[in-house]
Amino acid sequence: MASLATGQRLKSAVCNTEIMVISAPEGDLELTCGGAPMGADAANDSGSVDPNFASGTTIGKRYVTEDGDLELLCVKPGDGSLAVNGTELKIKESKKLPKTD
Amino acid sequence: MNIALFLEMAAEAQGDRVAFKDALTGESISFGGLYKAARAKSQVLHESGASHCALIDTSNLTIPVAMFASGWAGIPYVPINYRLTAEEIDALIDRVKPAFVVTDAERRENWVGRDELVIHDRQSFRDVHAKSDDIAHWSMEPDDVAVVLFTSGTTGAPKAAIMRHRHLVSYTLMMEFGSADEDEAALVTVPPYHIAGIAAILTSVYQCRRVVQLATFEPDHWVKVAREEGITSTFVVPTMLARIVESLEGEKSANLPDLRAISYGGGKMPLNVIRRAMDLFPDTEFTNAYGLTETSSTITVLGPEEHQLARESVDPTIQKRLTSVGLPVPGIEIAVRDDGGQDLPTNVHGEIFVRGEQVSGEYEGIGSRVDEDGWFPTRDAGYVDDEGYLFLDGRADDVIVRGGENLSPGEIEDVLREHECVRDAAVVGMPSEEWGEAVAAAVEVSEEVSVDALQRWVREHMRSSRVPEEIQFWDELPYNETGKLLRRIVKAAFA
Repeated sequence: MASLATGQRLKSAVCNTEIMVISAPEGDLELTCGGAPMGADAANDSGSVDPNFASGTTIGKRYVTEDGDLELLCVKPGDGSLAVNGTELKIKESKKLPKTD
Repeated sequence: MNIALFLEMAAEAQGDRVAFKDALTGESISFGGLYKAARAKSQVLHESGASHCALIDTSNLTIPVAMFASGWAGIPYVPINYRLTAEEIDALIDRVKPAFVVTDAERRENWVGRDELVIHDRQSFRDVHAKSDDIAHWSMEPDDVAVVLFTSGTTGAPKAAIMRHRHLVSYTLMMEFGSADEDEAALVTVPPYHIAGIAAILTSVYQCRRVVQLATFEPDHWVKVAREEGITSTFVVPTMLARIVESLEGEKSANLPDLRAISYGGGKMPLNVIRRAMDLFPDTEFTNAYGLTETSSTITVLGPEEHQLARESVDPTIQKRLTSVGLPVPGIEIAVRDDGGQDLPTNVHGEIFVRGEQVSGEYEGIGSRVDEDGWFPTRDAGYVDDEGYLFLDGRADDVIVRGGENLSPGEIEDVLREHECVRDAAVVGMPSEEWGEAVAAAVEVSEEVSVDALQRWVREHMRSSRVPEEIQFWDELPYNETGKLLRRIVKAAFA
């Protein structure tokens, strides 16, 4: 369990997934990827992806909790899936904007 | 958070794709190549001991390298207007010393040996190597300063606007990562020191979209490059679009079928120009984007559908939308307030306030202009209609107070420009014993027309208080190079 800060970068302990925290609620929560807790320097050889959390992550997708309080950006893809307190995060659908540049 | 992260992601997802191409030299760099270059130069910046990385040059491939390397090295990137006089540039450089400067070869020659400056030109910056290849990772601290931009200072000394990583990251995240198709290419003609130039680099990299840089703007050449490079989208300031439209005079169409989107902003777009442009680019979607340096670029957009509707509708309210800057983008709130800071209802003119995560509203040495609830006063005047569309009157400081009545120069200019003989108009306040201030206009005409006829025209379309008491005919109205009307020059002519 740890508290998350906006802008923080975290790595999966069991796959290549890396995320950046876009927004996070206050207080501690357990963020996992592939079933294992994520950390700032998680080693990639300490275990394997839990088959229950193996749907994978996609680079550039934004992952949110049901209530939307936690939002993560996948900055490196991997085989594990992201979850908070055992519940898998969902991909946030983005609105299509007209081109402004 | 760090803007360098976006480059890392693009390099990971589309490393081989062309990221930037310089249309003048034909050189290009891939996302992977740009990532490697930014990484190597971040260490060069770090070893230099500089507190800022200043860039004084036209668009070229070193621009994105310097910008991302600065983010990586944790020092602010400071693109400076290369058109300023030597004295003006000196004064700005003094404010960011000790600085690492990348500039043109001639300036480098003249500046070598100056105190507290490490100076490179494009080529030497490419060639320089760091002593160590033990390169530290960038900071993810959201509050680190990413970019310092000197505002154009149309009314006074330039202010140094600060953008932190969190502002630029928040802005960029409006886009969808990697959403550009392989064939997409954005033509960037806005200069590197303009917020739209910064935004174009960030959003293009995040979308993995190729950027074609065009350092100098000349309408025929612009069309030629757009055709040859298969440009699919571009951003122009109003003066650029006006000149493109003018250069296509007599043509039925611009014949640029690949060009899917033109967005415009950075100043007021004359109605006749946008209407004509929509005729010349029948397959192109138009978007009006309104934003400020202090808001990390775009905060409202009038999209393609609204352009089309406004053009086809006979309903005056919907037609008028073509002069609106549209609706707030996601994450942005707009409020219109009176001089006392009270919120105003729809359709009432006041000062525009903006709130959102991309809003920095902060200047070096001055501090933050954002209030405790997060609202930033834009100093732009305008109103919001019943559907939430924002209309701009111009700068709040430009509002003419005639006998206690607030008059918007922009509205009067719009009416003048609609006259068949008027090409462009600038309306300012002039001193008046009777009214305190009175309305004066400088106009650029395409055919001879009398002052009387123009006054009559305004009277037919607006309340009589709006009719200019004096009208001068000018060969050319004064604009700065990014399309901002230099109202103080017009004002001086009536003082």
